[in-house]
Parts: sequence; structure tokens; C-alpha cells
Amino acid sequence: MSPETHEPVDHAAAAARFIADAPHLAFHDTRLWELRQKRDGQMHGVPEWETLRDLASAIKEHTLSRLAEYLEQFEAQAIANGVQVHWARDGAEHNAIVLRILRENNAKTLVKSKSMLTEECEMSPFLAQHGITITETDLGERIQQLDDEPPSHIVVPAVHKLRTDVARVFARRIGGDPENTDAHYLAEHCRVTTRPLMLDADAGLTGANFLVAETGAMVVCTNEGNADLSANLPPLHIVSVGIEKLIPRQADLGVFVRLLSRSALGSPITQYTSHFRGARDGGRMHIVLVDNGRSKRLGQAEFWTSLKCIRCGACMNTCPVYRRSGGLSYGAVYSGPIGAIINPAYDPARYAALPFASTLNGSCTQVCPVRINIHEQLYAWRRIIAAGGLLPGKKRLVMRLAGVVLGSPALYRLSTALARTAVRILPRGLLYTRLNGWGRDRELPTPPSESFASWHARRKKAG
Amino acid sequence: MKVGLAVPCFIDSFFPEVGIATLELLERLGVDVTYPAGQTCCGQPMANSGFNGASRGTEANFARLFAGFDAVVMPSASCVNHIRKHLDAIPQDEGVRQLRANTYELVEFLHDVLCVREFPWAEFPHRVGLHNSCTALRSLHHANTSEIEEKPFSKPLDLLAGVRGIRFVEPLRADECCGFGGTFSVNEDAVSGRMGLDKVRDHAAAGADYIVSADTSCLMHQQGCARRAGMPLRFIHIAQILNGASA
Ligand code: SF4
Repeated sequence: MSPETHEPVDHAAAAARFIADAPHLAFHDTRLWELRQKRDGQMHGVPEWETLRDLASAIKEHTLSRLAEYLEQFEAQAIANGVQVHWARDGAEHNAIVLRILRENNAKTLVKSKSMLTEECEMSPFLAQHGITITETDLGERIQQLDDEPPSHIVVPAVHKLRTDVARVFARRIGGDPENTDAHYLAEHCRVTTRPLMLDADAGLTGANFLVAETGAMVVCTNEGNADLSANLPPLHIVSVGIEKLIPRQADLGVFVRLLSRSALGSPITQYTSHFRGARDGGRMHIVLVDNGRSKRLGQAEFWTSLKCIRCGACMNTCPVYRRSGGLSYGAVYSGPIGAIINPAYDPARYAALPFASTLNGSCTQVCPVRINIHEQLYAWRRIIAAGGLLPGKKRLVMRLAGVVLGSPALYRLSTALARTAVRILPRGLLYTRLNGWGRDRELPTPPSESFASWHARRKKAG
Repeated sequence: MKVGLAVPCFIDSFFPEVGIATLELLERLGVDVTYPAGQTCCGQPMANSGFNGASRGTEANFARLFAGFDAVVMPSASCVNHIRKHLDAIPQDEGVRQLRANTYELVEFLHDVLCVREFPWAEFPHRVGLHNSCTALRSLHHANTSEIEEKPFSKPLDLLAGVRGIRFVEPLRADECCGFGGTFSVNEDAVSGRMGLDKVRDHAAAGADYIVSADTSCLMHQQGCARRAGMPLRFIHIAQILNGASA
């Protein structure tokens, strides 16, 4: 995420392109809405759901408020368990550490399971430049890797693709029948081509969903078991993880495990919940604890609670804008509502459009298992972005003008009367131009003959 | 109780019938209600776009006109939410604090303050889909939502239950956002238009003749989408039905 080199993201334009593709739009919206409904079903099966959310939020806030202490406790435990602990201030440090570990172990091939953190650090292109061959082992991530695209969703990375797209990507990159779009065939084809790479890999890298301070355990939740293979087959296991993933005690884990998969996919638990405390026999294990802007965010009164996020993706599944614009339209590592509040913290100019890519409907806040007030943070970001002069000049001008007009009853009367007349008398060709965003897919309201205020004045006069 | 009626700018300019119905309904219910002249807007459009400084003059005008009322009633959830949560571009003296605490959205005012349930003059023999705006639902808690594990309740349905002949249809995604979102509707016109189209189709598929809502802004947007798509759906504000509109 290097700020200087990037154009601001134009979410609206990318979303318009996504919407123009009817089959993809319909599949994306329906598939994610299904996940949202499954999540609702799970919620109804757990009477103490709202209490669990309270607890999860409180545990995370507590941990974040004593983050340094818990990190040190975790480090001591991990070291005692024989794990080598590394600290990285940012993505560049993280990548350098991983490369160093690989070189020290003479490792040239790396299999990895899904990790948003390594996306954030742009690790894969860096390692590739240095001669490391990387294989994603999560099915969705593998599809995205083969198609040279970033993940579009933090839990289901290729959810914007149809099976026909997947078949074509596979045929192009790993062989196979481009016409066979059977899901089992595709999954099996990916598996048989990826397994040998796992067996032969020099090193494995995983993320972690939770770090337990009291035990030094790194807990990884997956459905494909690919993290377990990545971690256990090669002799070297590297865990890359953000410092906000800590929880204090093993006993706290139950709260999060009960919420995570129910919120994410609407299943009671992930197929695999693996607890790694140390290297397997004869192996070596390293953990890289990464800050990359987190401690700065921890100091921001309006935004620190975004660090509670357990990356379940529920806010994305429920988001009506995300479902209709696709993850790639956010032009960032994190998309959807959580992305719209995290990305601006890294680069407010580049991601200025994202907090505005929302109706502030608040559904995200209500599904969030750790009660992050996402829509309020979107609102807070809007103020910061506007005050920083990071919006296009036209928008600034319109808002100032609106402020002047709406601040003056006389100007307001005049301009609204003009607007009514304009809609009444102007020909369609002049009203519905490219400049009229309202008119793209909508009709303007039929203007009434008079305003409420003038009706009221007449009525009053008549007594 | 002296009540001030605040009529949002888009209702004043384009949907005066909603303001009229609100005023007549309150009068019918015996409320001592006044409409102070010189109203413009509450400041929400600028503030929601991040430009809260630009809403200073608008907020000052609002605060000046409504100082001294025991309660202010507005037929718009998002405006009321702005006043309660975000009207902070002007100095927060005691009067402004009182005003912010005493401003009610119409459904809340009828349901929670006046506690009316009977509207004997009202009859609406149509199939109706209820649209609760996101602010009405998730900020003002007009009704339970599908995201939260809670007991079902609905203030607008409690009120509409007092209307003869009305029948309700159930859209599949009853509480999904319709995509208006203020300036979002033009900044993100493609997404907004699509959300609106999906919303009106959902109601039409459920068999609605009318969509009723406490929020005219959502209705304006949905109506625009339905008309563009050539759908015969009709749109009406809850105040109009409760005030006895027949169609
Ligand atoms: S913000 Fe909340 S809902 Fe969204 S991914 Fe994070 S934990 Fe899940």
C-alpha cells in the first residue's frame, strides 16, 4: 500500500461496470444473501446470541486496552513452546523477515493458506521477485492466484466468479476441461494439482484467527483443512498474524468460535479448528507479529474499535452495496463495510470514495459479531475526508452552495420554485442528461403546483 | 403541549401532500400544532456528505424557528436522526440540547407519545407492502430487524392495524435497504438505482399495489425506479393513510 503511486479509487465507476454484467451480479447478490440468511438461521438457534456478541466485544476491547501486556505474555509462552517470535513494524519488515527465514532454511517453495495479512503486506509479489514459488492452498485463493486477481471477499475470495469463469481459469493455467463446470470436478481438479505441491513444499505459511496469550496457541479456522496441510507437511511453518488477533485466555476462545463461522457462512463451526502451539516433531515454527498501522489506529478515538474485527465477512454478506458492486470495486485489500473503514486509515486520499460507498443503512453494524459500530465510523470518516479536502472540487462546491441556499429561507424558496418549474417545463432531453445522476435509472418526481409552505400560507390567510 | 411541525425540504418542495396529511392528522388528534414559516432543511444533506460546517446556517435557522416548542414532530426518520445524533455544527446551548432531545419522528410521536391506536376515519382497502427506512429501523427502532435476535414488534404496523380494509404483503427481503441514501443516490447512481429496482420488484412480486413508508425520501427514490421500469406500483406516506386517504 504505497500511497504516492496510486490514483484515488473510483468505486462508483467500478460498481457500474459490475452491475452492467447481469449474470455475475445476480449470482453474487444471491449467493451472499444466502450466506446472510444462513447466518440468521444460526443466530435464531442460539438464544444467547446477543449476549455472545456483548462478550466478544468486551473481551476484544479489554484485550486491546492492554495489548502490550498480552503481546508480551503471548511472546513468552510461544518462546517457551519452542516457537521463534519476530516483530514487524510494517509490511516491508514482515516480508523481509519471511524471506530471511526462508533463506536461512534454504526454502524455495512455499505453500500458504488464506491470510489477509499477507495480502495487506503484498508479500506474494515480493517473495516471487526473490525467487520463491508460492502456492495458495485455499480453493478460492488458488483460483484468484491463478487468475492474477486479489481476493474479492475475505472469507470467500472468488465469490464474484461463476463456475464457468473458474473452469476457464483452470483450463488456461493448470489444464483441464474448460467446458466442464461441475463444482466437484473443479474442486477435485484443483486438489489433485495442488496436493503434490504441498507434499514437496519446503515451507508452509498460515495466518491465524486467534492468538491465545495464556498458552501461546495460534488458532486457525478453515473448512478445507488446507491450513493443516500447509502447516504440517513441510518441515518449516511460518505464522503471519496481526497483533490485534490476541485474546487473553483459552476459555475466551469458545465465545469467538461460536460466533465466527455462524456469522461468516452460517455454519455452526468451521470443519477444522486447529490449535498450533509448537513445531511438529523435527520441524521448526516461526511467528511474525505484524503492526502495519494497527498501533496507530489503536490511538484513534473514533476508529480503534475497528481492531476488534475477527474477519468473518458478515458485514460484507449483508451489505447491499457490496453485494451489488463486488469486492474488487473497492480497489483495496479489504472490501465491503470493514474495508471502507480500514483502508482510509492507511491512505485517506486513495480511499476517499469508500466511506461514501454506503447508504449508512447500518445492517453491517447489526450483524457484526464483535459489535463494531461500522456505519458510525463510515460517517466519521466522511467528515475527516471532507475536512481534509480529499473530495473532488465539484462535490465541495455543490455542498457549499447547498449550505448557503438551505441556510437562507429566501434563497431556498426561490431555488425550489425554480426546480419545480424546471422539472415541469424542460424537455426530457435537457432534464435527463449524463450530468443528472438521479435520472440514470430513475424518473424525477412529478412537481406539485405549489410547495407545502405556500399551501400553508394560503390556508392561514383563508382562516 | 405546544408542538412545532417541521416539514423536510423535499416534502415541502415535491411532496406537499405528505406535509398536509401530517398537519391534518395531528390537528384531528387534538394536538396544539404550529407550522413556523421560514423553514428550509435540517442540515442533513451536507452533514451526511461530510461537510458539517456547510450545514451551520441551515441548522441555525432550524434551531431559531423551533426554539421554545415542547416537542417538534417531523415526518422523516433520517432528518430526526440527524437532529438527534449529528446537529452539532452550531453552538450546543441549552435550547439546542432541548430541541435535539424533544424532536420526534411522526410514527414515534403517534405511537409512543400520543399512544393512539385507533384511526376510525381511515380505510385503505389495498394490498400494501410496508417499507421501513433503514434509519427508522436501525436508528429509531420502529420495528425489530432480521439481523438481531429479538422479539418481533412494529410501531408502524401497530398504527396501521387501526386502518380498515388494509392488507399487507410480505416481500422476501423486507428490511434490506432500498438504496436512496441521500447524496449516495447520485454519487453511486448505478448501485442506488439497482437497489431501488430490486426493492420495488420484491414488493411487486409479493403482490403489493402500494408501498407505504414513514420516509418520503425512500418513496421518492423507489417511485422513480418503478416508473422508469414501467411498473404500476403506487407509493404513499403512512401519514396519508392514517389521515384517511383512500388512494
Ligand atoms: S467488521 Fe465485524 S462483521 Fe465485518 S468482518 Fe469484521 S467482525 Fe465480521
